[in-house]
Amino acid sequence: MARFRGRGMASVNYPIGMNLGGDPSQALIHSNPDGKFTVALSAIDLGQGMKQVTRQVAAETLGVPIEDVYVDTADSDTGPHDMGSFASRGTHRMGNAVIAAAREARGVLLEAAAEELEVNAADLVTDGKGNIHVKGAPSRSITVRATAQAAQFKQGKTIAGRGIFLIPLSSVDPETGEMNPNTAFAHACLVADVEVDDETGEVTVLGMNSAYELGRVINPKMVEQQLVGGAWMGISHALYETPEPYYPNPDHGPRDFNEYLMPGPGDIAPYSIAILERPAPDGPFGGKGPGEMCANPVLPAIANAVYNAVGVRVNDLPITPEKILRGIRANGGAKPQARRGGAL
Amino acid sequence: MAKVPVQFRLNGSDRAAFADPADNLLTVLRRGLNDFGPKYGCGQGTCGTCSVLVDGELRLACLTLAASCEGASIETVSGMADGPNLHPLQQAFMEHFAAQCGFCTPGMLTAAKALLARNPNPSRDEIIDGIAGNICRCTGYEPIIAAIESVARGAAAGQRR
Repeated sequence: MARFRGRGMASVNYPIGMNLGGDPSQALIHSNPDGKFTVALSAIDLGQGMKQVTRQVAAETLGVPIEDVYVDTADSDTGPHDMGSFASRGTHRMGNAVIAAAREARGVLLEAAAEELEVNAADLVTDGKGNIHVKGAPSRSITVRATAQAAQFKQGKTIAGRGIFLIPLSSVDPETGEMNPNTAFAHACLVADVEVDDETGEVTVLGMNSAYELGRVINPKMVEQQLVGGAWMGISHALYETPEPYYPNPDHGPRDFNEYLMPGPGDIAPYSIAILERPAPDGPFGGKGPGEMCANPVLPAIANAVYNAVGVRVNDLPITPEKILRGIRANGGAKPQARRGGAL
Repeated sequence: MAKVPVQFRLNGSDRAAFADPADNLLTVLRRGLNDFGPKYGCGQGTCGTCSVLVDGELRLACLTLAASCEGASIETVSGMADGPNLHPLQQAFMEHFAAQCGFCTPGMLTAAKALLARNPNPSRDEIIDGIAGNICRCTGYEPIIAAIESVARGAAAGQRR
């Protein structure tokens, strides 16, 4: 009985968003009398960082400090319409909607400031620190806060903006079958090294290396966080997690967290990532977003690594010890496959 | 069932609540005393997000009977910061981006605090062991481990000075 090492790789071209009847996101932004801005979205931050990313995008476009922007995703009943947080669409779709809303709000903000300063709005710029001044004449300035108060209490203006970003429905051409469901693709390649025990059927992930091309990385630490965490979800989907281990037979399914296998802090292996940035022409500041692609290439890479290690091709997930042992038995023993690129 | 009074110290203040004898500590903290720091995750002691310290010992509030805490000193994540000054672990969690959705964070911080109290200079493996009872569904263990390591190293450096 022995442990066999194997290496597998997978590449992915990943579409951002989806196209089932069109893919719109809306954003609404308004200023409060204290000069701070509220961004209303109906897409929910599930922990992937959408609130932070849309906050950065809004602050950058409005030209105000990031501390002065609050993103509210509290209520999809009262908020503007959104398709939702899925299909890795958050950064791209909501980011673009927020840019559109912030541009309109910025236009009203500068008009209100122009009225106070008695200048032309086209001559005004923001310094990103909460001030608006005449281009080339920083002393002729007014704070965003004073502008918001003047708009609210003197001018009777609403500093607000509406934004929508829509990828319209792309129908299939009946003659050619062609369609254009997506405007932005992200890309990745991932290599997984594993060790398979031919006695227990257990797979240990020794390490992973990957390269991700995500467009402009709007928040580098959050991208890293998402890629690392998502990769572990991929490992978990590949090796551990399933609600129905004998699908379509529902028996022996996990009933709670004690029986549903999830990776813990002791299960992590070294993982290095190279992040490449090729800004998307239609992305918010060029961003596409990592999204589900963090996990996607991990599954085929591990399946390939298991095949490389012991010659067992498991076609349904998760790749459990039972499936590996049955495969090894069917093959009459572990059959390590050839590997290009030298030893692990 | 008749409710019974339960008194204990919570984050340094004397608190009292009426609890059903079968109520767990988590229910009394959250519903009775409005301390929403410890979270309700699985309710069966698997996920660790309800972790609190009872007389300095790491405990799962969802599996601890509130009545058994009579007279005890309970620390939750809500009492970690000293007014506006964050606890070094909280600061390190921020600096290392150790929270994603944040639901496991109260339990992770509490487990880390308990670990450093009994072992101020843990190895990486000891840190992993210290948070092994806590699940992070965003699978962001690496920055959490790094954050705890940085506090341990900082404290160790402080001792040497």
